[in-house]
Amino acid sequence: MNAAWPSADHSRVPFWVYSDAEIYAREQARIFRGASWSYVGLGAEIPRPGDFKRSAVGDTPVVVVRDHEGAICVVVNRCAHRGVQFCQQPFGNAREFMCPYHQWTYNLKGDLIGVPFRRGLRKQGGMPEDFALDAHGLQRLAVRERHGVIFASFDAALPPLEAYLGPAMCEYFDRVFDGRALRVLGYMRQMIRSNWKLMFENIKDPYHASLLHVFLVTFGLFRADQPSAVRMDEHGRHAVLVSSKGEQQASDATAEMKAFLADFTLHDPTLLQPVREFSGTATVVMQTIWPNLIVQQQSNTLATRQLVTRGPEAFELVWTFFGYETDSDEMTRRRLRQANLMGPAGLVSVDDSEMMEFSQRGVRAAPEAAAVLELGGRDCADAPHMITEAAMRGFYKYYREVMGL
Amino acid sequence: MSTLRDELEGLYAEYVDCLDGGELERWPEFFTDPCLYKIIPRDNFERGLPLAMMLCESKGMLQDRVEVLRGASVYAPRALRHLVSALRIDSQGPHVAETARSGPSGMIRVHANYAVFQTQVDEPTQVFNVGRYLDQIVREDGHLKFREKLCVFDSVLVPGSLIYPL
Repeated sequence: MNAAWPSADHSRVPFWVYSDAEIYAREQARIFRGASWSYVGLGAEIPRPGDFKRSAVGDTPVVVVRDHEGAICVVVNRCAHRGVQFCQQPFGNAREFMCPYHQWTYNLKGDLIGVPFRRGLRKQGGMPEDFALDAHGLQRLAVRERHGVIFASFDAALPPLEAYLGPAMCEYFDRVFDGRALRVLGYMRQMIRSNWKLMFENIKDPYHASLLHVFLVTFGLFRADQPSAVRMDEHGRHAVLVSSKGEQQASDATAEMKAFLADFTLHDPTLLQPVREFSGTATVVMQTIWPNLIVQQQSNTLATRQLVTRGPEAFELVWTFFGYETDSDEMTRRRLRQANLMGPAGLVSVDDSEMMEFSQRGVRAAPEAAAVLELGGRDCADAPHMITEAAMRGFYKYYREVMGL
Repeated sequence: MSTLRDELEGLYAEYVDCLDGGELERWPEFFTDPCLYKIIPRDNFERGLPLAMMLCESKGMLQDRVEVLRGASVYAPRALRHLVSALRIDSQGPHVAETARSGPSGMIRVHANYAVFQTQVDEPTQVFNVGRYLDQIVREDGHLKFREKLCVFDSVLVPGSLIYPL
């Protein structure tokens, strides 16, 4: 990659950012192992001391664990001895971690507490006298938890999560994560053969939603002619798309939406019977939090979507659907039914996962070409409507700062 | 005279022929109304987490799935091929199966392995989804129908998108 960015403003995105191996390596170093808070899981997934789950920050595998004092620790899943990925269970409960290869043993905070034959056997062999256990712990990440959501960072000097989100984004975050205890309903995971940034762009791009998604448009779940907004933090790195549900009726806008099917009705309307549960008029808020989290609130279906990079041309999307401990059985059933809209088989989201793969096939073959993002102008300002690509421009504004591009 | 096993194997052959042949409009006819159809990752199933990747609770919801994927969803063309094997017909005792043969209220449990291969344009055929069918079958107007069909799949990690039912 020797090319310069093709525009002074952020209205162009060169296609080499989606497939270049050097760019990918720089993203891992500067973004995922740099000054960012990455989502790694929910506190409700590891409620008891000793509970752990495997997770990832960029392409670094980590283990998220609740220690015996109840604090959450995040350690790299790599033994300090020979680099073995010591934890293979997706979830579990442990008193300590032991690498199976040579049984180096760590406490739940990642401190090395045992090395077999450290003193040798019958005065032979063993570690040198000056071998210090405390110099060979697991690599630890800084950890922050806000209202049951766990973030980790390789940068210990990062400002607190609240400052990182900024006041406006923190308010949207707290709308769903308001401090109520969360209940995990289950997981979905998919491997999408596209660059990870295309996923973020998708959730910062309200333009497509009114055109591509017949289901959303027809049932008024997200549509250009409904009250909506695009908002960002001061850097442009986090954003929300906000909208309010309308009815299945034609308007001056639906004429431009081939996706609007006035006659389409559900045989079983129980699939879509949302109830209002959050304050304010918004019925859908999709939030993107740099660098790896999407918070989904579409009607009553709530999920975190974690992006896990798998090389320049693939990423894994980990969907964790949840509700609240206080939900009635009826509300839980509603959330489970509405989950039909989302995930690898989602009535809405398959359009996106397919489109990201179509995008990758197109951009891979033309690294020298560039995307044109001029909808709504060329700036990165918030907008009280959806006919804009400002949040994508904001994303690339910050991306270029971090990446030095 | 055909046995219950013959009849069930015929049902599964018809079922996968319907899906692989792209006759999705006939797919809901394999179910009772109401019914329960779920595609659920083994991870959720074994940990008692209720979330399914696809959930239909009535013939109407099955029809809605078909109509959305026919008329609304946007996806690349693909062909699917199902292999079903190792039908285990439940064995709460032979009388259960006999009741099912003769009476309208009987229920047959069938567990079977399935593998679904997917072929996309410019791609070699891939193993797309492998798992177990955990089914409850009843006789309705002389025909065997699924009252409940759970597709519990082994790898939670789905390659790309799951468009068609399993």
